[in-house]
Amino acid sequence: MKRLPVAGLLLALLLAWLVGYPLLMTLVEALRGPEGWTTAHLREFASRPDEWLALWRSLWISLTSVVLAAGIGVPLAFLFERTDFPGRRFLAAVVALPVALPPLVGVIAFLFLYGESGFASRAVQSLLGLESPPWRLVGPGAILLVHAYSMYVYFYLFTRAGLARLDAALLEAAASLGAGRARTLFRVTLPLLRPALAGAALLTFMTSLASFSAPYLFGGSFRVMTTQIVASKLNGETALSQVETVMLAGLALLGLVGMRWIDRSGLASIAGVGVRGVAPARRRLESTWARITAGTLGWLLAAFLLLPHAVLLLVSFVPPFTWTAEALPPVLALGNWAGLAQAEKLRPVVNSLWMAAVSTIAAVALGLAAARMAVSRPVDGGEPRRPWLASALEWLVAVPWAVPGTVFAIALATTFGVNQPWLGRFVLIGTPVILPLAYLVRSLPLTGRGSIAGLRGLDPALEEAAASLGAGRWRRLSRVVLPLLRPAIAAGAGLAFITALGDFVVSIVLYTFDTRPISIEILSSLRLQDLGMAAVYGVLLMTASAAAFLVWGQGETR
Amino acid sequence: MPFLTLDRLDKSFGTNPVLRNLSLEIEKGEVLALLGPSGSGKTTALRLIAGFESPDRGHILVDGEDVTALPPSKRRFGMVFQHYALFPHLTVGENVAFGLTGKDGMDRRVSEALAQVDLPGFEARRVGEISGGQQQRVALARALAPEPRVLLLDEPLSNLDPTLRERTRRELRRAIRKVGITTVLVTHEQEEAFHLGDRVAVLHAGILQQVGSPEELYERPATRFVAGFVGRASAFPGKYEGDGKVRLPSGLIWSGVPAVELGPGDAVELVVRPETLAFAPGGLSGRVAERRYAGPVSYFLVSLEGGLEVEVMAPAGAASEGDAVSVGLGTSGPQPRIFGVGA
Repeated sequence: MKRLPVAGLLLALLLAWLVGYPLLMTLVEALRGPEGWTTAHLREFASRPDEWLALWRSLWISLTSVVLAAGIGVPLAFLFERTDFPGRRFLAAVVALPVALPPLVGVIAFLFLYGESGFASRAVQSLLGLESPPWRLVGPGAILLVHAYSMYVYFYLFTRAGLARLDAALLEAAASLGAGRARTLFRVTLPLLRPALAGAALLTFMTSLASFSAPYLFGGSFRVMTTQIVASKLNGETALSQVETVMLAGLALLGLVGMRWIDRSGLASIAGVGVRGVAPARRRLESTWARITAGTLGWLLAAFLLLPHAVLLLVSFVPPFTWTAEALPPVLALGNWAGLAQAEKLRPVVNSLWMAAVSTIAAVALGLAAARMAVSRPVDGGEPRRPWLASALEWLVAVPWAVPGTVFAIALATTFGVNQPWLGRFVLIGTPVILPLAYLVRSLPLTGRGSIAGLRGLDPALEEAAASLGAGRWRRLSRVVLPLLRPAIAAGAGLAFITALGDFVVSIVLYTFDTRPISIEILSSLRLQDLGMAAVYGVLLMTASAAAFLVWGQGETR
Repeated sequence: MPFLTLDRLDKSFGTNPVLRNLSLEIEKGEVLALLGPSGSGKTTALRLIAGFESPDRGHILVDGEDVTALPPSKRRFGMVFQHYALFPHLTVGENVAFGLTGKDGMDRRVSEALAQVDLPGFEARRVGEISGGQQQRVALARALAPEPRVLLLDEPLSNLDPTLRERTRRELRRAIRKVGITTVLVTHEQEEAFHLGDRVAVLHAGILQQVGSPEELYERPATRFVAGFVGRASAFPGKYEGDGKVRLPSGLIWSGVPAVELGPGDAVELVVRPETLAFAPGGLSGRVAERRYAGPVSYFLVSLEGGLEVEVMAPAGAASEGDAVSVGLGTSGPQPRIFGVGA
């Protein structure tokens, strides 16, 4: 009666080949020389102080980013979730905006704004009549600025979700037991928020450990692990780059384990904090003075947050080489945008669009298939899912989330740079296949985990009802399961699409001239001092991301 | 010949047997209620019939056809789920139409099905907009619309609040009788089983205890479990004397009907319904611990000397809390049943 779950095994094998195998190959290659196994590369890594320095910098930059992001995000969440003031709803949406900006776009927006010849720098310079720009946007400070700007959103969103799920009765119980406001905050509210805060901390830590755009453009000689790896790779030190990759992956793993250890109550409860009850009511700011202050501060904050977006849009209208010393650009024109009509300038846009579309569709299909096999119970009395197969599928789908993009880029370059078909290795580097494949792997957690969560939330009786009404497997999928999963799938697909569309970290390692995506074109425009064109591409990415973010937001709110 | 036959069904989950050797025969048009506490295997039995689980052993036959290996989508059984399982993304009409095949007269068949459950014109409503009782009826209409061979109901009323439950139960009963469909329903509520079922099958720990009419189950329970689970009863331990006589520890001899083969000297329990017990001199003495008023009669919880607590039904004014009383066998009510203890 027991039959082997063939489809499930095949899928697990495919995912293992895509996700686990490249990582394994990188480890193997890092330990291999021309004459077989060797620790030579490892020893070389260990003997170089700059490697240890980069590792240390990655670590402290990430930890500091967590502290900064929490310092901004948590108070903002309390402000927006617990109080009411004019314009709160609009501002609450604006505050989440930086998360929709692809990292590279955020970085160039900061460059145009706070860089040596950026708007803010020039404004301050001309205001104070300085000879040279008042600051330089380089080094760890600049990296941390960008990280804080883009990553506080995690703390903001998670804390708000946690606060919204708090049961008001718990706070009332604390008050009835004589606890004051501070005591309630520290003894009740914050402990209940711990899973949300731990989740945000982990996400921030992993994101900044994997962060590449900011260190690459602002780091200068300040190398973190991700930029170190790409530098080694571009210098042709392949073996060294593989050892570095293994080290960074190890650090990410350590971070994951460490966070789990800090919050043993588990990440599973990120979404569900406390008992589901009625959320505490917002406190209306009663005094006129407080309302005006909160409103003004809120709008100033919004202006500060929207400034990078606005600057990007403005620069996209500045013709090349027309803006030199003035505080504001003297000429605005549509020339840069018209440039998109040229095939060569449109090419990266088309490339990014098709590669993101293909990878997203494939990631949705694979993620959904894995979720079906991992979660759904057979309705026809067939064999129940093998638990080991289910957890293997779930694990494979989730792994790329914890692995920095640079690590995957090197892993794919390592695995698919040689032709050993009997080992499952093919030369894909230099072909149009490699980038969509890389995007696909990186998108799997977004689409797969969304589908898994969606299916878990689905009442199994719905599929049974469909079966008892005569619906076969495909009809059940198309008429019942897919329509009900649509929000979850749309959310995952939207995020996967914008991630692939704006990807820089993987592309810089794997792109070819013919398949260069938008991010690479932005970089080369910057190198050619064609800031306007870089801004045009940036605006395109920003718009697409905002659109996808809206779809995502709708999926989230149901 | 029975229309639906369960033939020696076994089912285990892992090493945990949930159904053992279940055989049942259900006539065409009959309503059978599967009654049992949670964990008794009744839901598993229903899921085996529906085809959502397959039995480890045994067969399921409908109208002579063996459907054991048939997937649920091919069985043509209608099912009403405990939480209704209405498709939230479809309207009421689309839900009802889901199981219908062929384009001909689709709209008419949907409106007929809805009219049958007193919800005419509800086609365009969203399932989230209608009340719990209406959802239950939509679920019934959806299950009946494709004209299934058998109707399966999984705790059909448990999701309703008590005030609505009795009315819905009457409506459900009327609808099932009107269609005249062979029905198996699962419930843990005796009242529901007795009201809806022509016959009731009592399950306990995966084993079928007794099948019969409500009267049979109440008046002539076949097992000690049925005697205690169906209706209220008090148990008096004693020694069997033969010939339906039981000697109680106090020396009194009470008589009843043996439910199993017994020999003189066997340790037994005499199980007595509250209406069979009465306050009468010369019985077992005790004190009224509690009185529960129930309109025309009251139920008295009596603590007997020796620690036994028994329940006596008597007119409301028969005694008050704290009164010293004497409890004996009355002349009305079902005859006490005698069950062996242990072995």
